[in-house]
Amino acid sequence: MEQVLQFFFEYKQAIFIIALSIFVGIEVISNVPAVLHTPLMSGANAISGVIIIGGIILVGHADLTSFSLSLVLGILALIFGTLNVVGGFAVTDRMLEMFKKKKK
Amino acid sequence: MDKVLGILNGMEFTIGDSLLELSYLIAALLFVYGLKLLSHPATARTGNLWAAGGMGLAMVTTLLLHKDANGSGIPLTNVWIILAAIGVGSAIGWMIARKIKMTAMPQLVSLYNATGGAASMLVALLEYPNAVAGDVGSILVTVLGLIIGAIAFSGSMIAFAKLDGRVGDIMKPFMTYLNLVLLIVTLGFGAYIVISPNPPAEMVWAIYALLAISLVYGVMFVFPIGGADMPVVISLLNSLTGIAAAMAGFIYSNQAMILGGILVGAAGMILTMLMCKAMNRSLLNVILGSFGGGGAAAAGGDQGTVKEIQLSDAAVLLSYSQKIVVIPGYGLAVAQAQHIAHELDMLLEGKGVEVKYAIHPVAGRMPGHMNVLLAEADVPYENLVEMDDINPDMPNVDVAIVIGANDVVNPAAYDDPSSPIYGMPIIDAHLAKNIIIMKRGMGKGYAGIENFLFFNDKTRMLFGDAKSSISKLVTEIKSM
Repeated sequence: MEQVLQFFFEYKQAIFIIALSIFVGIEVISNVPAVLHTPLMSGANAISGVIIIGGIILVGHADLTSFSLSLVLGILALIFGTLNVVGGFAVTDRMLEMFKKKKK
Repeated sequence: MDKVLGILNGMEFTIGDSLLELSYLIAALLFVYGLKLLSHPATARTGNLWAAGGMGLAMVTTLLLHKDANGSGIPLTNVWIILAAIGVGSAIGWMIARKIKMTAMPQLVSLYNATGGAASMLVALLEYPNAVAGDVGSILVTVLGLIIGAIAFSGSMIAFAKLDGRVGDIMKPFMTYLNLVLLIVTLGFGAYIVISPNPPAEMVWAIYALLAISLVYGVMFVFPIGGADMPVVISLLNSLTGIAAAMAGFIYSNQAMILGGILVGAAGMILTMLMCKAMNRSLLNVILGSFGGGGAAAAGGDQGTVKEIQLSDAAVLLSYSQKIVVIPGYGLAVAQAQHIAHELDMLLEGKGVEVKYAIHPVAGRMPGHMNVLLAEADVPYENLVEMDDINPDMPNVDVAIVIGANDVVNPAAYDDPSSPIYGMPIIDAHLAKNIIIMKRGMGKGYAGIENFLFFNDKTRMLFGDAKSSISKLVTEIKSM
């Protein structure tokens, strides 16, 4: 029990952020109409590509003096992340454009 | 003023660091704001752009301002490598997004989700050796990021392959238990790595082994899940990718990553719950895939006979109706019949018939699948009606046309407690005055559940591929 409490104390900020973001997430997208389910999902999917920041940091400080598997995997992570971000936002935009077009 | 400057000088920070954190704050707020706008039809497109802007900002500032523990920024050579990688990813992502057919949207969403999961998995894998022994918190998030990212990646790839028709469902009764065991092994092994006192650099073998088990679990977890459960699984995997990104965010104590990831995780979870509700099943029930041979009870009953309808009769019936409701399902997507369906509804509208589309929340293979499909065919947004709004009006409907849908109109949901779909909300096609069902053959729907709507006195079947059936119908009506 003491360990759990200590864990909580050490990571209290992180735990606060998690708890509050869950509520924000639920609050923000509640009552979304069915017509937007797919675009919302693919837009959210693009946001989860935020992992690309991790990829930039990883490759950014990688040691380039010698060839390593980590460097290759890091670059791969970057490519995957960008695919997720750019592809996700682009396809969401295309879908929403289509929705808008026929509203006239 | 001197006093303020004195205080500022006493603090150990550089303008770059604070600018970077500030940009993360702005990015995080843009994610929230963008998602908020995305959930309303009028503002959705702007919302998507705001979120994209937030992402762009965070990427640029990280590249320019991020410093490692020693305080040195990203060297120029590394910057070039990063830009090249981003360039490759952007080019591929953009090209696929522009070229892809709208009918392939479920596959594409799964594929992009897989890439996000893979990125989180790789970042966690590569950061693990850098963790400090005994720092339970950071090893925990790294391990969680790896497990969740790997499951999201391999699971989404299987979902992609299934939706693309490359692999079928494989459901054996023992798989439920096998999966349970695999999950326990994965989590147990993960826990072992977290509490192990050995320095992470010596545990690299373990993290690769964990990666392998997690990947296998992802594959095994999605394989047995049937087509009709796809909307639940896709939104669940989407949620997992968000959580994996958030876990990786903890590794870097990066608030933009944490908030963005959790936001997506929560949003995906809501969507998952909505889908479960629309099927009257619990999430656990979907994951364990207990839908199997549940049709036994229905199969024993007396089925009655099925009555077919001639094209000319159907044409007359439709032309002289006042109110028609089209109920599309996955079959519409398979037959690519959305354009010809819209041609039919315009033709009928021209004759003064009111035509609406009734959309069940889980019709198709992803949340909102039918909406995207019909939007592509230029069916006006106002003509798409949600289940709860159309049902009270069903008794006034002259003809309900069911195109490639089955379970979502199965009245067993109301009156057969032994049916696996008992209690699932359905579109009340059986209340319409006439029912026309377009179907390829008399095959049963998902999981072999008999649909008594087919044997209803008011029902007429129109067998054949939906696309060719509808186009023949269109020709027939035109020639009247």
